[in-house]
Amino acid sequence: MTVTIIVNGEPRATAAAGWESLLSVLRDEFGLRGSKDACEQGECGSCTVLLDGDSVCSCLVMIGDCEGARVATVEGLAQADVLHSVQQALLEAGGVQCGFCTPGFVVAGAHLLEQNPHPTEDEIKEALAGNICRCTGYGAILRAFVRLAAGEGK
Amino acid sequence: MTTITSRRVVGGVGESVRRPDGIPKVTGGFAYASDLVADRMLWGATLRSPFARARLVALDTAPALAMPGVHAVLTQDDVPGSATFGQVDQDQPVFCDGEARYWGEPVAVVAADDPETARLAVNAILVEWDELPPVTDSEQAADAGSVFREMEIRRGDPAVGGSVVIEGLYEIATQDQAPLGPEAGLAIPDHQGGLDLYITSQWVHVDHRQIVACLGVTDDQVRCHPAGIGGAFGAREDISLHIHIALLALRTGRPIKMVYNRTESFAGHVKRHPARMWYRHESDADGHLVKVTARLLLDGGAYAHTSPAVIANAAYFTVGPYRCDNVFVEAVVVRTNNPPAGAMRGFGVVQTCFAHESQMDLLADAVGVGPLEVRRRNALVVGDPLNTSGQTIEGSLPTLEVLDALASIPLPAESEGSDPRRLPGGTGLTTPPAAVRRGVGYAFGIKNLAFSEAFDDYADARVALTSAGVEVHTAAIEVGQGLVTVCQQIARTVLGVDRVAVIWDDTSKIGSAGSTSASRQTQMTGGAVHAAAVGLLEEILATHDGDELTNEGVRRADELVATMTEVCTDGPIEHTVRFRHPPTEESDEFGQGAVHAGFAVAAHRAVVDVDPDLGLVRVLQVDTAQDVGKALNPDAVVGQMEGGILMGVGLAVMEELVIDAGVILNPTFTDYLLPTFLDAPDVETRMIEEPDHWGPFGAKGVGEPPTISSTPAVVAAIRAATGRPLTRVPVRPEDIVGLNRDA
Repeated sequence: MTVTIIVNGEPRATAAAGWESLLSVLRDEFGLRGSKDACEQGECGSCTVLLDGDSVCSCLVMIGDCEGARVATVEGLAQADVLHSVQQALLEAGGVQCGFCTPGFVVAGAHLLEQNPHPTEDEIKEALAGNICRCTGYGAILRAFVRLAAGEGK
Repeated sequence: MTTITSRRVVGGVGESVRRPDGIPKVTGGFAYASDLVADRMLWGATLRSPFARARLVALDTAPALAMPGVHAVLTQDDVPGSATFGQVDQDQPVFCDGEARYWGEPVAVVAADDPETARLAVNAILVEWDELPPVTDSEQAADAGSVFREMEIRRGDPAVGGSVVIEGLYEIATQDQAPLGPEAGLAIPDHQGGLDLYITSQWVHVDHRQIVACLGVTDDQVRCHPAGIGGAFGAREDISLHIHIALLALRTGRPIKMVYNRTESFAGHVKRHPARMWYRHESDADGHLVKVTARLLLDGGAYAHTSPAVIANAAYFTVGPYRCDNVFVEAVVVRTNNPPAGAMRGFGVVQTCFAHESQMDLLADAVGVGPLEVRRRNALVVGDPLNTSGQTIEGSLPTLEVLDALASIPLPAESEGSDPRRLPGGTGLTTPPAAVRRGVGYAFGIKNLAFSEAFDDYADARVALTSAGVEVHTAAIEVGQGLVTVCQQIARTVLGVDRVAVIWDDTSKIGSAGSTSASRQTQMTGGAVHAAAVGLLEEILATHDGDELTNEGVRRADELVATMTEVCTDGPIEHTVRFRHPPTEESDEFGQGAVHAGFAVAAHRAVVDVDPDLGLVRVLQVDTAQDVGKALNPDAVVGQMEGGILMGVGLAVMEELVIDAGVILNPTFTDYLLPTFLDAPDVETRMIEEPDHWGPFGAKGVGEPPTISSTPAVVAAIRAATGRPLTRVPVRPEDIVGLNRDA
């Protein structure tokens, strides 16, 4: 069985077994290794992608359920050489250390701001509570999103 | 004539310069070890012991080897060189050698066409075990003499005593580093009997030494390359899959990739040592310490790893940043069948700081002064002897400045109001908000910087000027902390040139940078880069009789006398330096001597809200002042402070590997709780900059102090809210519940 999904606007077909995760197809078959594999239980958010516009942990999505789905990964956010505002804000605030969680925060954060362009601090924390960062203590990540919520950096 | 300074660089020391690897990290292009691939690559997988202790009765790999797509299955019989490895003592077999000594110990590895086939092949290996009773009680192991290292500190007069006596018994459970990036690596054979290794690490040269010995090859046949690292915190200081994938690559002649899943990661790296610590503090009536007596018992698990260094740190920092002339410590780290322990941020000192700070709070109560006052009265300063080793403290140690700066940070509003997101338990709160109890607590810690006890601690770096700019070559490991940026900043500031690239060399191209641990790389590799850049600058200026170097070239009396291209006519000019910190000594038999190269202090104040019915804690604010020497990159220092605090908060209230009969019961991110965005407190930071005596520009390492005193500060705050003694971390809801019945 072949499954076709639209990844960052491009149709891609895979013959992977239906029970393979969307994450493993993205990483190992399509070579899109920006989405990270850190827990495979949907706890850390390192593999966050947008699936038909919803923010999901791609490690929990079976590829067999994805026929025709639109998938947006971290690789699709920057336009040519121009970073997405979330990427730029995380860089400027010092919200990147080891960076393993960063792609997940970028995707989840971009989704948050699409849904709610001016979130409060509490709304930012709640929306991003599914993404674990082990390095920063979240302080610099929060500062990045507070600036974005105030309309700076757009 | 105008005097031109050579400090017109952009992105020099003292600026919050952005990371050079930041753009690939935010766009997803940065290659971590787990992202690497090679043509004709095979996948490795590991068979592990299901028991904490068992005799290996029979092992049959034939069914796995017979499977289509399986290329090799290796066991201890296939190790051609040294059968064992280890950073300090070579006591760990590459694979189970007939007896499994901890849960998850590797037994065999497989190479197969894809990860799923490799996993199925692991399951096809036939193993017969004879389960043995594991030794999991550290007291029992100590009584049996099963020790990695025993130390005694005797300083002063055992006969003196104080009028105030405080005794306590403290316990720390097992914390995991839980870096987000799993153990991962790619081994590429060179078809001449050697290979190139790209593996998660904190110190490629110490890996190299152990790998070469076990493979039975010559040093030049193995090249360990720094690879992209997703956090470390000590977990990567010891060997994990390194030797296994190297053996598979040599056997199959194919590149081998292996990535641990999360459960394997929990099984496959060393943890923070769990500890039991008995203390007696004696003081005069005003709370001045007279004598501290302690017994420290750390559980090192099945193999030595860095236990000898961890127990030394625990012993030397038994008392904390306080004056005391009579100190008697027995410290022992034992071998058990628990998961192996080793390095984790603040190694050894996190344990004792929880104990000594709990004692200091009891002392403050006993003599009727506040928690800050008892710490001020006893604070160590430069020129004092360190309470344990007796060595004179040199450099800087701004203890009083740190305490004063912390005290100056405003406290939060008295109540968080009724928004459940800001109350303990979040939206699950069932207690009326008015019943939530507030507590405030303080703690103070001191940590040695870099390696101690006469270890030959050095870092190599090479700085080269090319016509395209400056290159810094090092094998130091960037784990996310920002060493890459600091190296650039130092080179820019010394050389006066903006364009600086950091190039990670493998073990064949440059000497060791030492470990990315012990808060040492900013001072050590930073020190090497500084010295190499100074040497390079002097050589270039002498050659061209110039008085400064700029982006354009060498200038003399404000005129350009040689362009960059002219300076580099004969190719790049380079300078290589091996940097050492001031030498340290071996102690005498009672722990006396100048065993440490330097010190840093930090203090924390925590504010918590506690739900008295469910025993849930919300840590709403943790403030800190930290002795940083000189902040080379202030934003990066704040990042270390905030991140280290959250790791300390995790140990205080949620992070615990639950271990039963040597088996980890919660080796997943579902069950091992890591602090999320909603668990993270607000943090106010203050940096105290008093230059130290040997770091570049006076800088001190800043990675560990934030994790050391944050944990006891949080626990002190919970005690203040609840009145409970709380002698164990992490504090669990069951340690708190029932408060309304206490009254």
